[in-house]
This record gives sequence, structure tokens and C-alpha cells, in this order.
Amino acid sequence: MASVTLSEAEKVYIVHGVQGHTDILVGVKAEMGTPKLEKPNEGYLEFFVDCSASATPEFEGRGGDDLGTEIANTLYRIFNNKSSVDLKTLCISPREHCWVLYVDVLLLECGGNLFDAISIAVKAALFNTRIPRVRVLEDEEGSKDIELSDDPYDCIRLSVENVPCIVTLCKIGYRHVVDATLQEEACSLASLLVSVTSKGVVTCMRKVGKGSLDPESIFEMMETGKRVGKVLHASLQSVVHKEESLGPKRQKVGFLG
Amino acid sequence: MAGLELLSDQGYRVDGRRAGELRKIQARMGVFAQADGSAYIEQGNTKALAVVYGPHEIRGSRARALPDRALVNCQYSSATFSTGERKRRPHGDRKSCEMGLQLRQTFEAAILTQLHPRSQIDIYVLQADGGTYAACVNAATLAVLDAGIPMRDFVCACSAGFVDGTALADLSHVEEAAGGPQLALALLPASGQIALLEMDARLHEDHLERVLEAAAQAARDVHTLLDRVVRQHVREASILLGD
Repeated sequence: MASVTLSEAEKVYIVHGVQGHTDILVGVKAEMGTPKLEKPNEGYLEFFVDCSASATPEFEGRGGDDLGTEIANTLYRIFNNKSSVDLKTLCISPREHCWVLYVDVLLLECGGNLFDAISIAVKAALFNTRIPRVRVLEDEEGSKDIELSDDPYDCIRLSVENVPCIVTLCKIGYRHVVDATLQEEACSLASLLVSVTSKGVVTCMRKVGKGSLDPESIFEMMETGKRVGKVLHASLQSVVHKEESLGPKRQKVGFLG
Repeated sequence: MAGLELLSDQGYRVDGRRAGELRKIQARMGVFAQADGSAYIEQGNTKALAVVYGPHEIRGSRARALPDRALVNCQYSSATFSTGERKRRPHGDRKSCEMGLQLRQTFEAAILTQLHPRSQIDIYVLQADGGTYAACVNAATLAVLDAGIPMRDFVCACSAGFVDGTALADLSHVEEAAGGPQLALALLPASGQIALLEMDARLHEDHLERVLEAAAQAARDVHTLLDRVVRQHVREASILLGD
């Protein structure tokens, strides 16, 4: 039996929304698991979204489950392609052990534009994740032992180059807006969620809302979404790299800041 | 038993504190704009966030409304990434339900519910680190104060344990996991009344008085800190208002 103390690679990112106050907290935990049968050489990601009651009293008890499931399913869909995250780096030994990354999203305050904020926070958290390096040792009888590296800083980082971000475009009247506040979302009958990578490639698209959209508007909104997505990725990259370069002495901005 | 020495010969604990010393407490009120009241507290590594909505009309069944006082509704949830081993459900499990009931009991003793009949006060606590009841109660007190809901007194909570004949105040996760007796106490400092008292594991009754006194003293120390936080918050708010 493999006896190893699991060191969690948990990184918490707080994304503070400036206007409309959308507050998201994302934690990534790496645990050892068995690879899925159809993909024996890869690890996988599991998403869970908790809409906490602090956002609004309607989310008390099971009230927030519907929205949480919807967001989690959207996250599964945008990550469900070969290029978003290289899952082969998460494999430890094929068919037996792999890393499972549990991405837990906590919604603290809902001020509009949830999907975008959550996807940004998830990307930043994955960038920040450090997974400890392990080695599989096989002894004479054939039983395997997993050895954790002694150095706590010896870890693998995920490449988040191709992780997409969601851009939500809300149709208001004849025009569309991005980064809508709660009030703007209330005025919009239909929205388009576009998942865009840093190169402007669209990985997933979904129309939400009870109104209907003209096919022409959908093309227009998609173009805007791609454009805005590229800019979003560029600014996110610069922010996380700047934060990373501050090193261990950086100020951890939390609620106290 | 365990190789870990909870109290050294010189009287130092695992994290270097003395027996009656509290962990560093930092708190902030008014962290969320949307809620009626909110507060965030850090006690050592334990982080708790409390949000208060109310008093507002009873949500759901009107039959639950009490004719002479307000209904206090509490929910405790723990972030899935908070404990060492990932927790599957943030709330709804037995421990969270029990915590919610305990919080409700504590705050019904402190909030002046007679002033708001037929209404409901919601207190939601989120514990973003494996920790204890004490941080939740302290955060909830600050949040209720931030919401402007009248209370009889602060509610200050602290935990206490007993190791090698000495009572320890404010247990950390390591000390809790060691499995000795643990006492959780919620105190109304001005009157010295106890709002909630809970004890786990075996403790000889001769020692109970000492442990209770250690917890009460620690709760009074917490009260001094929370009082300072509230005054600071009011000072900042009045500066913004231009008074």
C-alpha cells in the first residue's frame, strides 16, 4: 500500500470586482486518484461551485445548488478539450495513479458578470497551483511505492497558456455590452457566453436567457467576445506575473486589506 | 502517547504561546456592500466570515413568524478547500447543522429579538479554514453589530483545553486534534453570563473550574479586541460622513 503524506497544493485567489462587487474565492487542491478508464494516461479536473448564502439569502440551504451546478457544468464544458490544460502532466503512473485537481469556487458576493469573474479566478488559481513532484518506486515484489520529494519547493506548475476565459455579452436593445452589472443584466433578455483562449480561439459558446437572438447579432457578439477576450487574457497575464514576481514577500491582500 | 509535546517544561505550547495566551486576532467589519452587516475575522490561521441579513420579513412560510419576537436563522458552512482533506459538502452535513443550531442558540440569547417581532434575522457564517466555533461566534457578533441589530452585549467566544494540569486557552488545530478535553465557551462579557458552554471528552470535575476560568478570561480578552475593532470602524465611518 502506498504510504505517503499528501501535501496539498492549495492556492487561493481572491478576485475582487471593482464595480458591482463580485467576490469569488477559488481554491485548488491536488489529490491522488485513479485515472478514468477511457483516459488512462491523464489526470483530470473536478469543479465544484458553492454559491454561499452570504451572496443572497435565497442561496440558503439548497437554494444555491441550481446556480452552482450550472456554473460547474459550464466550467466542465470549457475545459473539456485537449488543449485547455495538458492533462498528461497530471499522470503519475498510467492506469494506476494520477493527480486529480479539485477546483472549488466559492461565490461570496454576486454583483453581476459571474461567469467571467469565475473563469478569471479559476485561471489565476490554476496558474498559481504547485503540485508536488512524486516518483513511483517499484521494488522486487512488484509493489509500488510513491515517494514525495523532500524539497517542499520541488513542484510542477501547470501551463495555463490555453486556458480559456468566459466573456459574457448581454444584449440590451439593439446593442450588446460586456461585463454587465446586476442592473444591466436585469435589462438584458438574452446573453451569449463565449469561452475564448488567449489567442482568440473560441472553445465554447452558449446562449442564455429567455429572449431570442438574431443570427447576425450572434456573429457580431462573437467577434466582440474574441476581441475582448484577448485583451482580458493579456491583462490577466500581466497581473499574475507581476504578483508572482513579488515573490514570497508579497502582500496577501485579503479582506483585511 | 503522541510524540508531540503540547506543553513543554518551560510552559510553552507547540506554537510558542503561553498557556493563557490568545492567537493573533485581526478583524474587519463591513466587508460586503450588499449585505446588511458583515465581518471577517482571523484568529491565527482560522479565518471566518459572517454575513447578516435582516431584520426582514419572514421568508418562506408565514406560519413560522413569532408574534412577539424575531426569528434568528443561522447557517454555518465550511469551504470545501478549508480542511486538510477536501470536504465534499460545504453545508448540510451533521456537523454544519449542529453548528448552525448552536450559533442560533447563542445569538437568541444576545439579540434583543423583542424589538423586531414577526421578522427574521439571517446569520451566515463561512469558515475558510478548519477551525472552531469561537471564530464563528466572534465574526457573527461583529457582523450583527455592523448590521445595526440591537444586542444585549457582545458575544465573545473562546475555546479551552487541559493538558498536564494546566488549562490552555484558545486551542489551535494541532491541540484540538490531540484529543484532550475541549471546552467551548460563549460569554456576554459585561454581565459575565454564559450564552453557550460545550465540553468534549473527559475532564475531572475538580479541573472544570480552572478550565472555565481560563476560557472566560480569554473571552474577556477577545472582547477587548473586538471592542477596539468596532470603535475603529465607527471612527472611520464618521470620518467618511464628515462629522
